Amino acid sequence: MTVFRTLAIAGLLLGYAAVTSAQSAVDEIAKYRQQLQDGNPADLWEARGEDVWKQKRGPKGVSLERCDLGLGPGVVTGAYAQLPRYFSDADRVMDLETRLVHCMVTLQGMSLADATKRPFGSGTNRSDFEALAAWITAESRGTKMNVSISHPKEAQAYRLGEKMFYFRGGPHDFACATCHGESGKRIRLQDLPNLTEKAGAQLGYTTWPAYRVSQGELRTFQWRLYDCFRQQRFPELKFTSEASIALTTFLAYNANGAAFNAPAIKR
Amino acid sequence: MADPMRIRAVARDGVVNVKVLMSHEMETGQRKDGAGQLVPAHFIQSVSATHNGKVVLSAQWGPAVSKNPFLEFNFKAGQKGERISVTWVDNKGEQRTDEATIN
Amino acid sequence: MTQPRPLLLVLLFVLGGCATPTELDIAKQAHEVMRASFKETGQATLDRLNQDLAQSACSIPPSTSVNKEIAATIEKENMASIRYPADGKLLGDWKSGERIAQSGVGKQFSDDPKNASGGNCYACHQMSKQEISFGTIGPSLLGFGKLRGNSEAIQRYTYGKIWNAQAYSACSNMPRFGHNGILTEAQIKDLTALLLDPASPVNQ
Repeated sequence: MTVFRTLAIAGLLLGYAAVTSAQSAVDEIAKYRQQLQDGNPADLWEARGEDVWKQKRGPKGVSLERCDLGLGPGVVTGAYAQLPRYFSDADRVMDLETRLVHCMVTLQGMSLADATKRPFGSGTNRSDFEALAAWITAESRGTKMNVSISHPKEAQAYRLGEKMFYFRGGPHDFACATCHGESGKRIRLQDLPNLTEKAGAQLGYTTWPAYRVSQGELRTFQWRLYDCFRQQRFPELKFTSEASIALTTFLAYNANGAAFNAPAIKR
Repeated sequence: MADPMRIRAVARDGVVNVKVLMSHEMETGQRKDGAGQLVPAHFIQSVSATHNGKVVLSAQWGPAVSKNPFLEFNFKAGQKGERISVTWVDNKGEQRTDEATIN
Repeated sequence: MTQPRPLLLVLLFVLGGCATPTELDIAKQAHEVMRASFKETGQATLDRLNQDLAQSACSIPPSTSVNKEIAATIEKENMASIRYPADGKLLGDWKSGERIAQSGVGKQFSDDPKNASGGNCYACHQMSKQEISFGTIGPSLLGFGKLRGNSEAIQRYTYGKIWNAQAYSACSNMPRFGHNGILTEAQIKDLTALLLDPASPVNQ
């Protein structure tokens, strides 16, 4: 029976050679992703991130262990699932990286320039943010996304982020929505989550940070936005800029209710 | 000095499952940098795992293994609470050994 | 490439009828925040954040479509921008067109502006049977020429569509390759040939 069915399916497939070769490529990619699940090298960043968090650093020689990520000083577990959020001590909305910079400056006494000199790592030039984000976000794995827009500044960030999501510009007329505004689309063979719908926003947001196999690096959500805009042919997005926080607020809020599931591993 | 390995070892029904993540560039020697110069080869050449002084795995690797390699293997007769030790040596002679307790 | 046209932008919001003053305020504010949040790098200058009519009109959520009057205005403006080759020849070399369709480089701040840009057609369109790594943001173009023939009118439409997609369909997702200086006249001829030449893989 099984043999017969397999043969029948094989016959069917032969009739659609072009379609099936594309389909089998998609299946093979799915299989490849499956195989990658075990042994995610993001673990290596997580280990280093915990060290960086606990290390005494900066002119004041203190660790980040008193850094308040929104749930109180030093509370890491579950904190990422509620970011970005409004922080009254800074009177503004901050995402994880922006808050880490704030803590490096206020607690550890670093200058803003020193704290932000390496947002993204490359080979042996490693970024503390990528390590810290790997560890901190891993401490929210399984926690339901629960981002608030009840504070006026949070609501404002959300609305600005929404506008930016649909903003078309540059020589290619691209907006975030060009690639992420419809369901079931892909670019080359890469599936594109529809970030304007609940399911897509949840899938997209809860799987960053991610270890990118093609780069051999762990990448944060700040990097995701930075590199999307590069490919949109926009100018260079500044690390922890207001636009990056607004867009992150928009996307994170839309992912509310889904269990956070990163650091992930991606192509 | 390379970063520590992440080793997880779990004993079940007389078989120990070991998962090892190594932090290594694994340069093939075939790649060119931005200036068109070849990036020198730098990769792990040998890996061995020891349990109670006995080698339970020995492997020869080459440049085809990915950056930040992941290795998983099983061996018999390990007990919960015992130690497993993993060592890699690369083509520049650098090496690293890390240990973990079997859970 | 594009100049800011604040007057048109305001007019647009009024005409569009979908924007309260607060919506307009938010849009303006978002634009200001963006200007402060990006920096010029390489060829990617800050004026890339200045929108023309099509860009601003097609940026209004939740949909990228616009009402009929604005669509007509956008299409008319963009149609007027199409420049056909002086020599009247619209078909180039489809083999070169295939390379252009495969290449996704160009105009990014990480790209060397000395190198020619690609069209990156396969990122969004199925075009040939042998290339299975194609995207689905745009429609399949498999058999494009076979279905439509190779008449002068079809050649002009194909060349014009690649030059400026919004001349035919306001708010199209497709870049305006000629209008915005992404591809040269010769490159667009090559792509036109890729789509229409009976010998091209598109029409096999």
